[in-house]
Amino acid sequence: MSALIKLSTSEMRAGLLRGDFSAVDLTRAHLERISETNKQFNSLITVSEQYAISRAKLADAELAGKKESSPALTGIPIAIKDAIVTSGIETTAASKILKGFHSPYSATVIKKLESSGAIIVGKANLDEFAMGSTNENSAFGSVRNPWNPDFVPGGSSGGSAVAVSLGQSPISLGSDTGGSIRLPASFTGIVGIKPTYGRVSRYGLIAYASSLDQIGTFGRSVMDAAITLGAIAGYDEAHDSTSVNEPVPDYAAILRAAKDKPLSGIRVGVPKEYFVAGLDQSVEDTVHFSMKKLVSLGAQLKEISLPHTEFALATYYIVALAEAASNLSRYDGVRYGHRSKVNTTLQDMYGHTREEGFGEEVKRRIMLGTYVLSAGYYDAYYLKAQKVRRLISDDFRNAFEKDCDLIVAPVSPFPPFRLGEKIDSPLQMYLADIFTVTANLAGIPGISVPIKMSDSGLPIGVQLLGRAFDEARLLIAAQALEQEVNFDSTAMTKKYGKA
Amino acid sequence: MANLTDDDVKHIARLSALHLEPSAIPAVKKDLVDILNYVEQLNKVPTEGVEPLSHVHGAVNAFRDDVLQDSLSIEEAGKNSADFTRQGFRVPRII
Repeated sequence: MSALIKLSTSEMRAGLLRGDFSAVDLTRAHLERISETNKQFNSLITVSEQYAISRAKLADAELAGKKESSPALTGIPIAIKDAIVTSGIETTAASKILKGFHSPYSATVIKKLESSGAIIVGKANLDEFAMGSTNENSAFGSVRNPWNPDFVPGGSSGGSAVAVSLGQSPISLGSDTGGSIRLPASFTGIVGIKPTYGRVSRYGLIAYASSLDQIGTFGRSVMDAAITLGAIAGYDEAHDSTSVNEPVPDYAAILRAAKDKPLSGIRVGVPKEYFVAGLDQSVEDTVHFSMKKLVSLGAQLKEISLPHTEFALATYYIVALAEAASNLSRYDGVRYGHRSKVNTTLQDMYGHTREEGFGEEVKRRIMLGTYVLSAGYYDAYYLKAQKVRRLISDDFRNAFEKDCDLIVAPVSPFPPFRLGEKIDSPLQMYLADIFTVTANLAGIPGISVPIKMSDSGLPIGVQLLGRAFDEARLLIAAQALEQEVNFDSTAMTKKYGKA
Repeated sequence: MANLTDDDVKHIARLSALHLEPSAIPAVKKDLVDILNYVEQLNKVPTEGVEPLSHVHGAVNAFRDDVLQDSLSIEEAGKNSADFTRQGFRVPRII
C-alpha cells in the first residue's frame, strides 16, 4: 500500500500544492487501498473508480490554476455513507429494496463537497436504512472492525468509520440519529462528529427519523473531521425546512488558533446518571482517564444531574420508530426500487414488495412505529414520548445554563464486541445506544474522541457534548484532549497491505 | 405489561403494508412485546402541562417565496420505476 493513505488531509493538501504527487496519484493510492482491503472488511458497497479518476483530473487542473486559492478539499478522497444520495453513483441504503437505485438528484452535502473539490471514492456500507448499532443489518453483508476482524465496527455508519480507520479515504460522511457516528468512531479508534440538529442540511439524506437525523463527519483527527464539517455545514433555505440559519464558523482556523491550556475556565459536567451499575470497567476507566486529562488541560469538573436519563432510550425508540414507519412508507415499489412480482392487487404488491425488500430489523421497527402511532395508541406512546423528550432536552438546557459548558460521557456502556454476539436480541442491541440517544433527543452536538484500548485490544472513545451551535468550543476541547492522549488513529492504515 | 394477540400483529402488519406469513407471527409478536414492555416505563414520568417537543430548536413555519423553480423532468422522475409510461406509473389493479 502507498504511504499516502496515512496522511492527514492537511498533509495531503500540502503535498498536492508542493507537487509531491498529483490528485490522480492520491486517488489511485486510495483506490489501491480499497482493492486490497474491501473484500475482507466490506466497508464500501460501491467503489466509484471511474468517477473518482475523472474528478481527480479536474482537481489537478484546479490545483495547477488556482494553487493555494483552490477550495480546501481539492483532490482529497472521501467516502459517503450509502444513505446519502449521489446522482452519478448508485445509492442503496444497504437495502435490497433500493438495489440499482440511481437518484435523480444529489444531496446538498454532496453538492457542497463537489464545490470544495473532494473526490468521492465510494459509497460506504451501513446498517439498512441506518437502523442498527453494529453494521450487521446490511443487505450487503456485515462490516468488520480493522482492529480485530471478528469484532463489530459499530453502526449504523460502520462502513464510513472503517473506510477512514483503514485508510480507504482520509475522511468520510456518516449520519447519526441515535449514535450512528459516535459509536462506530469509538469502536474503530477515530474521531466522529454529530453536529447540532439543523447545522447540516438533511436534503438528500435518506430519512430514518426526521427530527433526530443529522449528517456528520469522520476523520483520523479532530482537525480533519472539523474541516469536513465546515465544508458541509450551512443553512439550506431552498431544500431543508428544518435547517437553521446560523453562520458557520471557520472551524479549521479556530482549531489552528487554539491557545495553550485551551480549557482553563471551562466547566465540564459529569452526569452522575451515566455512571451506573452495568457500565463496563474498561469504559469507566476510559472516561475517568479522560476526565484527568481534561483537568490537566485547565478544565474544572463538576458533577451534574440529567434526571430523565433513564427514560431516554425508551423515548428514543418510540419517537425514532414512529418517524421511521412514516418515512419508510414511501418504499412501495411504484416509483423506484424493488417491485414484487406479486401483482394480484395494488395492496398485495405493496405488502410483498416491502416484505421481500426490507430486512428483519427494518420490518420490526416499521411495525413498532406503526403501532405507537395507530388509533388508540398515539396519545399513550408517541405524544407521551414527545413530552418526555421535552423534559430530557430541558435537562441539558438547565445544565448548560447553570452548571457547565461541556459534558463528558461514555459513548457505549461496553467496548466493541464480537460479530453475532447481540444480533439475536434486539433489545440487548438497543442498549448500546443508551449514552448517545440523548444528544439526538436534545438536538445538541457531540463528538467521539479515541482514548485508549480495551482489555480485548479494541479502541474505546469518550464523548464530549456541547451547547447547540457551539461546535467550535466542542472541537477545541476535543482537539486538546486528542493531543494530550495521543492515540494513534492511523494504526490500521499501516496494516493489511499487500507487499 | 404489553400484550398482543395474533390478530393485533396481523392488524399492525396490514397498517404497515407488510405481508406477513402466518409462521412469522410468533417471532414478530415476541419481539414487539419485548420492546413495548421496555418502553412502557415512560408511564412513570409525570408530564402534566408539559408541551410535546417536535423541532428541538422550536423552529416553525419555514417558508420560501412562492416562485416557480426547476423540477425533475418526466424522464428523470420515471427512470427508476419498474413500469413507467408518460401517462404515469403503471400499477396492479386497486379493486
